[in-house]
This record gives sequence, C-alpha cells and structure tokens, in this order.
Amino acid sequence: MKVWKYGDDINTDMLFPGKYTYTCSTAEEIKPHLLEDLDSEFAGKVAEGDILFAGKNFGCGSSREQPALGLKAVGVQAIVAKGFARIFYRAAINQGLLLVECAEAVDAYKDGDEVSLDPQAGQIKVGGKVLNFPKLPPEILAIREAGGLLPYTRAALKKR
Amino acid sequence: MGQTFAQKVLARAAGLDEVAVSQIVTVRPAHLLTHDNTAAIIGKIGDDLAQYGVVSPDLSVIVLDHVTPAANEKTATGHKNVREFVAKYGIHNFYDVGEGICHQILVEKGHARPGTIIVGSDSHTCSYGALGVFSTGVDRTESAALLLTGQTWLKVPPTLRITLRGRFQPGVGAKDLVLRIIGDIGADGATYSAVEFHGDIANLSVPERFTVANMGIEMGAKVAVFPVDEQTVEYLEQVGVARGSYEPLWADADADYVRELEYDLAALEPVVAKPHTVDNVCPVGEAAGTRINQCLLGTCTNGRLNDLREAAGILKGKRISPNVRLLVLPASRAVFEAATEDGTMLTLSRAGATVLPPGCGPCLGAHQGVLAPGEACLSTANRNFKGRMGCKEAEIYLAAPATVAASALYGEITDPRKEM
Repeated sequence: MKVWKYGDDINTDMLFPGKYTYTCSTAEEIKPHLLEDLDSEFAGKVAEGDILFAGKNFGCGSSREQPALGLKAVGVQAIVAKGFARIFYRAAINQGLLLVECAEAVDAYKDGDEVSLDPQAGQIKVGGKVLNFPKLPPEILAIREAGGLLPYTRAALKKR
Repeated sequence: MGQTFAQKVLARAAGLDEVAVSQIVTVRPAHLLTHDNTAAIIGKIGDDLAQYGVVSPDLSVIVLDHVTPAANEKTATGHKNVREFVAKYGIHNFYDVGEGICHQILVEKGHARPGTIIVGSDSHTCSYGALGVFSTGVDRTESAALLLTGQTWLKVPPTLRITLRGRFQPGVGAKDLVLRIIGDIGADGATYSAVEFHGDIANLSVPERFTVANMGIEMGAKVAVFPVDEQTVEYLEQVGVARGSYEPLWADADADYVRELEYDLAALEPVVAKPHTVDNVCPVGEAAGTRINQCLLGTCTNGRLNDLREAAGILKGKRISPNVRLLVLPASRAVFEAATEDGTMLTLSRAGATVLPPGCGPCLGAHQGVLAPGEACLSTANRNFKGRMGCKEAEIYLAAPATVAASALYGEITDPRKEM
C-alpha cells in the first residue's frame, strides 16, 4: 500500500484534464489520464489499496466526475485531506469512494508512516497516532455502502 | 431566529416549516440542466431508461455547448446520441449546437424562476443565483439518477453574508468585485456554504449579478444568490416569465450567518487573477506589462451583451497588437444577434477580433483556441487552472472584459483606465 501525498487546492484539471472530458467517460478510458498534469507517475504506478493525502480544497473546480470515478476504479482505498470541494465530495459518495476529512492526519503524516483506516469507527491511524474523522450521516452512508448512487437508485426503483 | 435564503428554499422544497443548518432534505428540483455530457449520463443508464423511462420530460433542460460544433468523431457521436435521446423521450427543452452556453440559455429561455431549485451537471450552475434561484452543480452520476427518479438530497448549508455598498468607478466592474472577494476569502472561503449578497444591489445590473453568481463556485460555494428586486422582475418579463408567476424567497433580517463581509464598490480597482489559482488576485498594476499571446472575451462569466459592448467601447477605431489573438465568443445566439444589430460585432472585428460561434469555446481546453507551451492567455473566463486551456505549460490570467480589451491593444496586461 502506497501513500501519495499532494498539496492544497488540487483541482479537477490536475486530477483529470478538461480536454479529455468529452472523449473519456468510462473507467478504462479515464485510468491512463488520472492526475496527468499533477503527477505523471501516478497513473502507471497506483495500485489497489493506495491512499491519497492532500491539503485543503481537494477536488475544487469542475463538476466532472472522472477523478472520483477513476480513483475508485484503480482501487484507491481513501483520500485523506484537510478539506474537499463540495461537488467532488458528492461525486465521491456517488462512486462509493471513501473521503476522510482530517487535517490532523494530514499534518501528522510523515514519509514511510504506516496508515490504516477504520471507516465504521471513523478512525485513521497514522504512524502511532489514532485520529477521529467525521462519519457520513446514515442516509448518505447508505449510498456509499450500496456501492454508489446508481446501485442505490436501482435498488430503490426495484422496490417501487 | 430568522432563516437564511437557503433555509427557506430548502424548507419549502422539502415541504417542511423550517430546516436547520446541516439537516439533510430530499428535494425534487424544478429542472436538471445537462449539456454535452448528457451523452455520458444516458450511457450509464441505458438499461434503466429502457425499463423505467425518464421521470418527466419537463425536468431536463439540455444544451449542446461545450464542444460545439463537434471537434471530432467522438464528440459528434455524443451529440448524435443526445439528439436521439431527446427525440425518443420527448424532451422539449433542448437547444442544439449554436444556440449558446447552457447557463445563458437556461436564463434567456425563461427556465430559471426565483425561489426554485435547479441542479445541473456543470459547476457553474450556481449562475442563476443572480435571479434568486437556489442552483448548484452535481456530477454525471447524480444527473443520471435524477433522470430516473427526479429527486436528490441536499444538505442545508451555512451562509456567508456579503454586503455591497456604493457604485463602481469607471473601468471597474462585477468581475473585479468577484475576483477581489475570491482573492480575499480564498478558493475555499465559502466551501459547502451559501453566499448571500445584500446592500446596494440595485447598483448592479442583472447581467453583472450573473458574473458574480457564476463565480460562486470559485470560492467553493454551493449557491451564490441575490435578492429579487424590480430589475430582476423586469429582466424576467423580457425573457417571457410573467410578473407574479413565481414566488421569490429571501433571508429574514435576523437570519444567522457564519461570516459577514462588506465591500465598498467605489473603492475597488481592476484586478487580475494570476496563474494557477483563481484566488491568486492582484491589482492590475502589479501584473501590468505581462506579455500575453491570446485574449479571450466571452464564456458563461462574461459573454453577454454588456461585456461585449464594454470591450468594444475600448477597442472602437483601434487595432489590437499584432502579437495577440483576440477571440470573442458571444454567450448565445441572442447575444450575437443583438451585438450584430448594434454594431458591437463590427467594432470588435475591425479591431482584429476572431469571432467564434456561441458556446464554451476554448475555456475548457477542448478546441477553438488551445494554447501552446510557453504561451499566456488573458481571459474573461472563470478558471486559470494549470492545463485548463489544453496545455499545462501555458499560463492563464483572468480579468474583466475592460482589462482584456485594453490589454489586447498592447499585447501585455494593461490597466483599462488608461484607455478611458
């Protein structure tokens, strides 16, 4: 498991350039361009279970969902940041991607630290430190737990 | 305790007497805006649409604007799929290539009504806050679910109150105001929050309010909203929305705010947002002399008639620098026609401008004015992120139409007050 660490205001163009927005929509099309203008190594090296650490306002900018969709598809376990932009926050819920808003965890992390997550308890372990993060309210958690908004919606439509 | 605008709209939409900040409510928006990305949205739910259909043909407003006319086979196929979807499900609020930018069309065609909720698969959906609409951006997946169910959840946001006093000085405008605010509070200064504008609102025209509300997302806001006044009512009448046919809402005088700010419009000066964040704002004087290769006048932020006229006023009878390309994108067909009739387009063309079709053009870097490595662009758009205009080794500066026009004359960032 690798931790990828980035700074403040990581915007949607850095996560997935706008020039591909109308030609790449599926996970397979998105994957090679993930974080292309931010970190050219990322798309080739990211692996199942990896975690992203970032500063404030992660995902600001466009409503494009390719960053959330792509990061979920490559198996990113969670994004830990000091804060998230609101459309990205919703997009992550809609894809079933775990976001951890915890400035203390970001500040505590040093290269090589072991990181583990317990989303049920709302706890993150960084190095030796155990820190709490806010859990989603139950009605929103249900969307993530269904695997995202479309599986959740399909289940609701079936019940009608 | 009084209620904010956001509390009132969300309470009414949810059928509740009152809602508290952070409460989650289920709402049925008046409209769902989608654009070229409609193709990807319906692509996610092909089988579901076959089984359930769309929840209502009245919900959607669909505008093809982002890569129009199509730039390649893939975008052309997307547009074709959207046209087939629209025909199959009887979606009547559909605007094809050339009509204009979705946010301008939604307003011009009378779909934005005060006191309602509109969501859209575009981050600048917040623009209709100019007309007292609770409007906000969502992603494609949520838009797909909305097509099927017509409902979504919203969390009641806390609210920032920004009070405006006085009038702009010549050469200073709404874009300078909103960039100044973003520079002050930061690109995440209003994250998750609603922003209400109070004070001498009558000193801002409705188109100027669009420029301000449009950039709410650049301070992280969920909505950025103005009260409905006589100017709003007259504007709506002009686009076919009858007086008294909607129910505006506004905050109570004793509503609770997380933060309050005040701006004296007369004290503002022209500003520029430097690369690569929108909150990297400085007075135009500090950036003056920066060499630029391209100027962009248009987009959902500054592509209306008042913006084009302001630029034409500076460029009339002059010629832009031979070192600069000036691209002009009217926000809609109606804007293009009005600017043609009153001679604005001729003035811009004679000054050396290249006129592009109504739409988003090069703003998102997909076509029609992509930058080369090492180039710089001064743009009236809303984002200067690295790579935004198609090249990560290019630089984007943001400013008001007056600053862009004055700078086009010299090929370097220039204080527009020099040209007045």
